[in-house]
Amino acid sequence: MAQNIDEAAAIGSGGAVRSAAVAEWDAAQAGRRRMVLLGRILVGVLFLGFWEYASGRLIDPLFVSSPSAVGMRLWRWTVTGSLWTHLSVTLYATAFGFVIGAAIGFALGLLFGRNQTVADIFDPYITALYSIPKIALAPLFIIWFGIGIESKIAVSASIVFFVVFLNTYAGVRDVNPIYIHATRIMGGGGGEVLRHVIIPSASSWVITGLKVSVPYALVGTVIGEFMSANRGIGFIISQATGLFDTTSVFAGLFVLGLVGALINVALRHTEAWLLRWKG
Amino acid sequence: MAIAVEAVEKRYVARGRETVALSPIDLRIEAGEFVAFVGPSGCGKSTLLNMVAGILPATAGRILHDGRVVDRINTHVGYMTQQDSVLPWRTVFENVELPLRFRGLGSAERQQKVGEMLSRVGLSGFEAAYPIELSGGMRKRVALAQLLVYEPGTLLMDEPFGALDAQLKLLMQKQLLDIWAAGQQTVVFVTHDLAEAVTLAQRVVVFSGRPGRIKAIDEIDIPYPRDPFRVRFLPAFEAAYARLWDQLAPEIAKGEAV
Repeated sequence: MAQNIDEAAAIGSGGAVRSAAVAEWDAAQAGRRRMVLLGRILVGVLFLGFWEYASGRLIDPLFVSSPSAVGMRLWRWTVTGSLWTHLSVTLYATAFGFVIGAAIGFALGLLFGRNQTVADIFDPYITALYSIPKIALAPLFIIWFGIGIESKIAVSASIVFFVVFLNTYAGVRDVNPIYIHATRIMGGGGGEVLRHVIIPSASSWVITGLKVSVPYALVGTVIGEFMSANRGIGFIISQATGLFDTTSVFAGLFVLGLVGALINVALRHTEAWLLRWKG
Repeated sequence: MAIAVEAVEKRYVARGRETVALSPIDLRIEAGEFVAFVGPSGCGKSTLLNMVAGILPATAGRILHDGRVVDRINTHVGYMTQQDSVLPWRTVFENVELPLRFRGLGSAERQQKVGEMLSRVGLSGFEAAYPIELSGGMRKRVALAQLLVYEPGTLLMDEPFGALDAQLKLLMQKQLLDIWAAGQQTVVFVTHDLAEAVTLAQRVVVFSGRPGRIKAIDEIDIPYPRDPFRVRFLPAFEAAYARLWDQLAPEIAKGEAV
C-alpha cells in the first residue's frame, strides 16, 4: 500500500486532495506571475513614453524618429500591403535557407558522427570553412545566384548548416554505448539502432542546434538583402538608411524583432513537446 | 550445456601498453543453471560477461552459447547492467515492446505480451510513463520486463541491482528468483556483493585480481525456493559465505595494496 502511494506520487498523479499548503503555494506563484507581467508592461510603457517625450525635445527626430511616427508608418505599410510583400520574401528565404541548411547539416552530422575515419579526414577542411565568417560568403553567392531570393537562401543555409552539423555530430558522439549494446542484443539491426537510439539520443543536441540557427537564418537573409536586393525587410531598412528615413529604419527593425520573438516562442513550445521525455 | 568458455583470454592495448584483463580460462555452465561471478573490481568478471554477450571480442580462445560460437552481438541472450539501459525517450510500454518489434510481431500480439509482462513485474498502469517519471526500482523492473518479454533462454546480468538501496535489492532478488523458478533460464549474475551471490546462485565463481583468472568455484548447498529476506540466517549460508570469503578476501586486499 505504502509503495502504491509512492508510485502514484512519482508520476505526479498524487491524489485529488489539495492541501492548504499547496493552495497557498499556488496563490504565491500566481501573485508573482502577475507582478512580473505588470513589471514588463510598465518597463515598455516607460521606455516608449520617454522616447516619445525625448524625440524633438532632447534629440533631433531625424536620428531617433518617435514611437508614434514608427507606429503610423507600420500602419500605412500594413494597409497598403507593402509590409506583407516584403516580409513574405524575407520569411520565405529564411525558411528555405533553414530547411536546406538543417537537412544537409543533420545528414552529414549523422554520417560523420558514426564514422570516425571520415570525420578525421574532413576535420581540417570543416574547421577552415567554419572559421570563415559566413557573411563574407554573401558577395560570392550574389555572383553565383544573382540578386534574387536564391542568394539569400544560400547565405541562410550556409550559416544554418554549420550550426546544425556541429550539434548533430556532437550529439551522435555523445550517445551512451550502453543503449546501443542493449538495443543490439535485443535484436535491433543497424537501421533500427539509428532510428530508435542514435537519433532520439542526439535529439536534444540537434534541437538546440535548430533552435540557435533559426535566428541565424533570419540574420543571413537580412544581410543578403542589405547587400543587394529589390525586396525584403532588409532591403527596406537599407534603402531607408540611404534616404535618412529613420522612421522606416525603426519600423523595419521592429518587424524583425517581432518576427524573431514569435519564432522563438514557437521553437520553445516545439522543443518542450519533442523533449517531453526529459521531464 | 548452455555456455562453454574455452581457453578465453582478453588483453587490452592502451597508450602503447598491453594489459591482460583475463588470463586464459575455461568454464562450463549448464542449461538452467544460476551462476554468480564474484571478485574484486578489474578482475575481468564483467569482461567475460560482455564477451558472452558478444559486445567484446575475445583475444584468444572461443565462447560457445547453445552450441554456436559467439563472434558477434549475441541476440539469444537477455542483458541487464547496473546502468539504466531503458531508453529514456520511450515510454514504459514502448520500451518493453521494442524487442518484439525487432522480431516482427504484430501490434495486437505486442500489446498482449507487453501487458502480461508489465503486470507480472507489477507495473500495470504505468504504460504511458517515461522512465524519468519512475523510481530507480521501477526502472529496474521495466528493464526486467524488457529482458523477459522476448523469452531469451539465457540472462546475463552485470550487477543489475548494484545501485539500489538494501531493501529494494532484496525485493528485486526475490523477483528474479521467482522468474528463474518459473522460466528455468540460464542465469549468469555478476556481482561484487558476496551475500547477493550466495543468496541467489547455485554455483559461485570467485575471480582473482588482475590479471583475472578463476580462483575457486563453490556449490551453494541451499535448497530452492530461497527467501532473500531469511536465507542469510541459515547455517548453510554462513558456511558458504565463510568459505568464499576466505578465497575472496586476499584478492581484495591485493587490489587495495596496489
